[in-house]
Amino acid sequence: MIDQLLPWASQASTHASEVDLLAFTFLLLIALLAAPVFILIVVFAVKYRRGRPADRSDPVNRSIWIETSWAMIPFILTLAFFVWATHLYADLYYPPADALEVDVVAKQWMWKFEHPGGQREINELHVPVNEPVKLIMASQDVIHSLFIPALRIKRDVVPGRYTTMWFTADKPGIYHLTCSQFCGTDHSLMGGRFVVMTKADYTRWLEESGVDQSLVDRGAALFRSKGCSGCHGPSSTVHAPPLEGLFGSPVPLQSGEVVTADERYIRDSILLPHSQVAAGYPDIMPTFQNILDEEQVMELVAYIKSLRTAPRKETR
Amino acid sequence: MTETLAREPGPDRTNLNDRGLSETQSERQSYLRAGHTLRSWLLTTDHKRIAILYLISVTLFFFIGGAAAALIRLDLLTPQGDLLSNEGYNRAFTLHGVIMVWFFLIPSIPNTFGNFLIPLMIGARDLAFPRLNLLSWYIYLLGGLFTLFVLIGGGVDTGWTFYTPLSSMFANGHVVLVAAAVFIVGFSSILTGLNFIVTVHKLRAPGMTWGRLRLFVWSHYATSLILVLATPVLSITLALMAAERLFGLGIFDPKLGGDPLLFQHLFWFYSHPAVYIMVLPAMGVVSELVAAAARKPVFGYWFVAGSSIAIAVIGFLVWGHHMFVAGQSMYASAVFSFLSLAVAVPSAIKVYNWTATLQKGQIALDPPFFFAMSFIGLFVIGGLTGLILSMLAIDVHVHDTYFVIAHFHYIMVGGTVSAYFGALHFWWPKMVGRTYSFVWGRLSAIFIFFGFNLTFFPQFILGYLGMPRRYHVYDPAFQVFHVLSSAGASILAIAYVMPFAYLLWSMRYGDAAGPNPWGATGLEWTVPSPPPKHNFHTIPVVTEQPYNFPLERKEDG
Amino acid sequence: MADRVDVSEPFQAPAQQREAAMMGMFVFLGTEIMLFGGIFTAIFVARLLHTEQVVEASKRMHVFIGGINTAVLLTSSLAVALAVHSARARKARRSAALLAGAALLGLAFLGLKAFEYWEEYRDGLLPIFSDPPRFSTPAEHLFMNLYFLGTGLHAVHVTIGIVLLTGVAVRLVLNSLRLPDRTVVVEASGLYWHLVDVIWVFLYPALYLAR
Repeated sequence: MIDQLLPWASQASTHASEVDLLAFTFLLLIALLAAPVFILIVVFAVKYRRGRPADRSDPVNRSIWIETSWAMIPFILTLAFFVWATHLYADLYYPPADALEVDVVAKQWMWKFEHPGGQREINELHVPVNEPVKLIMASQDVIHSLFIPALRIKRDVVPGRYTTMWFTADKPGIYHLTCSQFCGTDHSLMGGRFVVMTKADYTRWLEESGVDQSLVDRGAALFRSKGCSGCHGPSSTVHAPPLEGLFGSPVPLQSGEVVTADERYIRDSILLPHSQVAAGYPDIMPTFQNILDEEQVMELVAYIKSLRTAPRKETR
Repeated sequence: MTETLAREPGPDRTNLNDRGLSETQSERQSYLRAGHTLRSWLLTTDHKRIAILYLISVTLFFFIGGAAAALIRLDLLTPQGDLLSNEGYNRAFTLHGVIMVWFFLIPSIPNTFGNFLIPLMIGARDLAFPRLNLLSWYIYLLGGLFTLFVLIGGGVDTGWTFYTPLSSMFANGHVVLVAAAVFIVGFSSILTGLNFIVTVHKLRAPGMTWGRLRLFVWSHYATSLILVLATPVLSITLALMAAERLFGLGIFDPKLGGDPLLFQHLFWFYSHPAVYIMVLPAMGVVSELVAAAARKPVFGYWFVAGSSIAIAVIGFLVWGHHMFVAGQSMYASAVFSFLSLAVAVPSAIKVYNWTATLQKGQIALDPPFFFAMSFIGLFVIGGLTGLILSMLAIDVHVHDTYFVIAHFHYIMVGGTVSAYFGALHFWWPKMVGRTYSFVWGRLSAIFIFFGFNLTFFPQFILGYLGMPRRYHVYDPAFQVFHVLSSAGASILAIAYVMPFAYLLWSMRYGDAAGPNPWGATGLEWTVPSPPPKHNFHTIPVVTEQPYNFPLERKEDG
Repeated sequence: MADRVDVSEPFQAPAQQREAAMMGMFVFLGTEIMLFGGIFTAIFVARLLHTEQVVEASKRMHVFIGGINTAVLLTSSLAVALAVHSARARKARRSAALLAGAALLGLAFLGLKAFEYWEEYRDGLLPIFSDPPRFSTPAEHLFMNLYFLGTGLHAVHVTIGIVLLTGVAVRLVLNSLRLPDRTVVVEASGLYWHLVDVIWVFLYPALYLAR
C-alpha cells in the first residue's frame, strides 16, 4: 500500500517540499492552539464535577485582558504563516521567461497536451527534469482543474480564457495527474500519468513520438486555410493590423487603452474580435468562435507568437 | 368550543402587560393540548407548534440526506465503485449536498429551536408575525416537495454548487427543478430571518435589555441578519443560472460573452455566509448548554455576544477563499486569505470562553454536556483545519480534495449536528414535558463522537495525499482510508438513530420533567413544561442579568 | 375570540405592533435590494468586461421611453407619499383616490414598458422572443439579456405593487381598513412602492444612460 501511495505523496519539486514544510509547521502551531482546549475540558470536567468538593470560590466571569490576548495572540501567530504561505503562492504567478511551454486543452473527460515540437499526448504529460515548464491551459466545455498532487499545485481551467500554471519538477518518476473540479459524469476518470524524465530520456521521447508537423507549422497551415492570411498577409489590400512582432508588444486600442499582446489577447482577438479593436483599424474582422476549436486556436496563437522575430512596422 | 373559557378580567388599559388574555383551560395547560386535530396543527400560528412541525420535517430530510450519504459511503468501499454508475454516484452526492445544506442544516436549529425558544427566552407570547411563520413552513414544504420530486424523477448531477457552465449548458437531470426548490426554500429562510429580527427588536419583555438577552438569542439574531441579506443573492443567482439553461441567456456562458467566474462570486457571496447560518445557531446552543451544565454565567458575555455579530459581518467578506485556484488575481487572493484568518478570531474567542466557563463550575455530566463538549472538540478541529485551508499555498494543494470535505463535515456534521442533538436533549423535557434515559443519552453522544471521527479523520489524510472530491472511481491505494471511513459512517448511522428511539419512548413512558429539570436560569425554565399556549400568563418583568447562577464567594466558604 | 382587542396575538400595544410592521417592511425591502444587487453586479461586470460594446448596446436603448417611464414612476411615488399623508390625517377617501392614481400610473408604466419591449422585438433585440435575433455582438446579446431580466423582474415587482395599492385603496373605500388604527398598512404598502421606484431610478442609468 505504501508503494502505491508514493506516487501521490512524493515531493517532485522544491515547491512541493516547501508546501509540506509549511503545512507541517503550521500543524504544530494548530496543535499548540487546540491542546489547551482539549486538556482543560477534561481537567475541568473531572475536577469540577457536580458534587465533587473543590475550591470554587470567586470564579472569574470576565477579563478583557485575558480575552483580548487569547483573541489576538493566536491571530498574530497565524499572520506569520500567512506571510509565508502568500509568498509561496505568489511564486506560482511568475513563471520564468525561458520556461518550456506546453499547451493543455481540457474537455469532458480528457486532458490533451501539446508540446512545442507538435508532439501530442492524451491523459499523460511528459516533462524534462529540472527545467521550468509552463502550461497554457484552455477548456473546450466546462470548468476543469488540473491537479498534480506530487507538485502540490492545481489550477482551474476555465472556458473562454487561458489560465497558466508553472513548475520545475526535480525528481524523475511517474506520478498522478487528475481533474479536481467536478466536470460531469466521468469526472473521476479524467486523469492519468505525470511523467518526469531526465533530459536525455525526454529528448528521446520527443523524437519517438511521431510528429508530422510542429505546433507552429500547424498554425501556419491554419493561418492560410482559414483565410487569416487574406487580410493579415503581407500582400493584402484589406486594412488589417500586421501580426509580425505583435506578441509581447503594447497594442493601443480604440477605447484609448493600451494592452499587452499576450496569449489571452491574441485568443480573444480571434474569437471575440469586437471586444478589443486595435486603434486605427476598422472593426471588420469576423469571429472564429464556431469555426475553430481550442486546439486550433492554440496552434494559431503559437504561429502568431513565432512571428515575433520579424521586424514590426510602426503603426502609430 | 364546548370548553369553558377561563376568562381573565377585561384588559386593563393602564397596564401594558395585561391585554386581556383569553384562553381555554387546555390551552393554559399546555400548547400540546390546545387541540388534537390535524387541522389544529396544520393551521396553527403558535410558534411552538410550528417548531414541532419543523422538527419533524427537518429530521425527515436529515434521514433522506443521510440515506444518500450511506449510499455514497457504501459505494466507496471499493475503488471501482461497484454499487453505482458514475452518473448515479454524481446524483447521489448532489442530492446529499442539496438536501443537507438547504433542507437540513440551514433550517435545522433556527427553525426548530429558534422558533420554539426565542419568544420564550425574551418573554414574548409569540414571534412578531405568527402567520408569516406558518407560511414559511409551508414554503419550506413546497421546496421540499420539489426536491423529493426530483429525487424520484432521477435526480441531478451538478453538485450542490451548481457551477456554470456545467449546470447551465452541459449537465443533464432536473437542474432547473432543483434550482427552483432551493429558490423556494430561500423565501422560507428570508421570512424566518425577518421574523426573528423584528421579534428580537420589538417584542422583548420589559427589562429585557440587549445586555440581558441570552447568547442563544444573540447568535440567532446574527444568523437572521445573514439569512436576510445573503439569501436573496442566491435566489437571483440561481434564477440567472436557470434562465441561462432554459432560454440560453448568456450571463455566465463564455461563448455568449458571459463570465463563468461571476457565478462563483455570486454563489459564494451567499454560500459562504450560509456556512455561518449553519454554525452560528449551533454556537448559541452550546453557550446555553455550557452555562447550564457548569451552573455558571458564560465567561465574557459581551465577547461571546459580540463575536456572533462579528462573524456575521466578516463572514460576508471572505467568499473569495473558495476561488484561490479559479483564476482571481493574486492580490484578491491575499486579501481573502487574510480576512479568512480574521474571521477565525471570533470563533476562537467563543471556544476559549466556553472552556473558561467550565472553570470552577458545578459540572453535571448529563447528555447535553456530552453533546456540547463533542461540539467544541469537533468544531476546534474543523475550525483549525479551516485555517490550514486559508493558507494560500496549502490551499492550492488541498483545494477540492477530501481535505476540504473532512474540514467542512467537521464543522457542519461534527459541529452543527452535534449541537442539534445537544439542543434536542437539553430542551426535549421542555418541549414534551418528559425526561428520557440519561444513560442512553450519554451513550449516543459518545457513539456520535467516535463514529464521526472514524468517518472523517481518514479523509484529512486522503485529501492531503491528493484524492480529489466527487470521485466515484479512485486509485486502489486509497481504499484502506475509504474502508475506515465507511466503517465509521455505519457507527454514526446507528448513533444518529438511537436518540429517536429513546426520545420517542420518553414521550409516553418518561418521568414528568417539571419546569426546570436542569436547574438552569432563563425565562423558558420559569414556565411549565410543556409551556402553555400563550407562554406567559403575565408578561414577565426582567430584573437580572442572564445566567445569574448563585456563585460561591470566599467569605461564604 | 370576540374579546380580543385590536392588537394581534404577540403584541402588547398598538404602537408596538405598528413599529414591528414597519420594521418588518424595512427588513423585507433590504432583501429586495440584495435581490436586485445580484443583477446590478452582473450588469457592472458585463460593462467592465466589454466596455465598448456595452456602451454601443446601451446607445440602442429607447432612452426617451425610459425617461418618460422614470417621470411616470416618480409621479406615482409622489401620489403615494401624499396618500400616506392623507391616511395619517384620517382622510380615507382622498388617500384611496391617490393610491388608485398611483396604481394607474403604475399601469401606464407597464404599458410603456410593453411598448418598449415590442419595439425591441421588432428590432430583433429582445432575448428569447426575437427570432432571428439581430444582435451585433455577443456582448450586446449579454447586455440585452441582463436588460430583459432586470426590467422584467422589476416589472413583476411593479405588478405586485399595483395589486397591493389597488387592494389597499379598495379596503379604504369599503372601510374594512379603519384609520387611524391601520394607517400602518398604507404606510408599509407605500414603502414597498417607493422601493420599486428607487430600483428603477438605479436601473435606468445602469441600462439606458451607460453610454
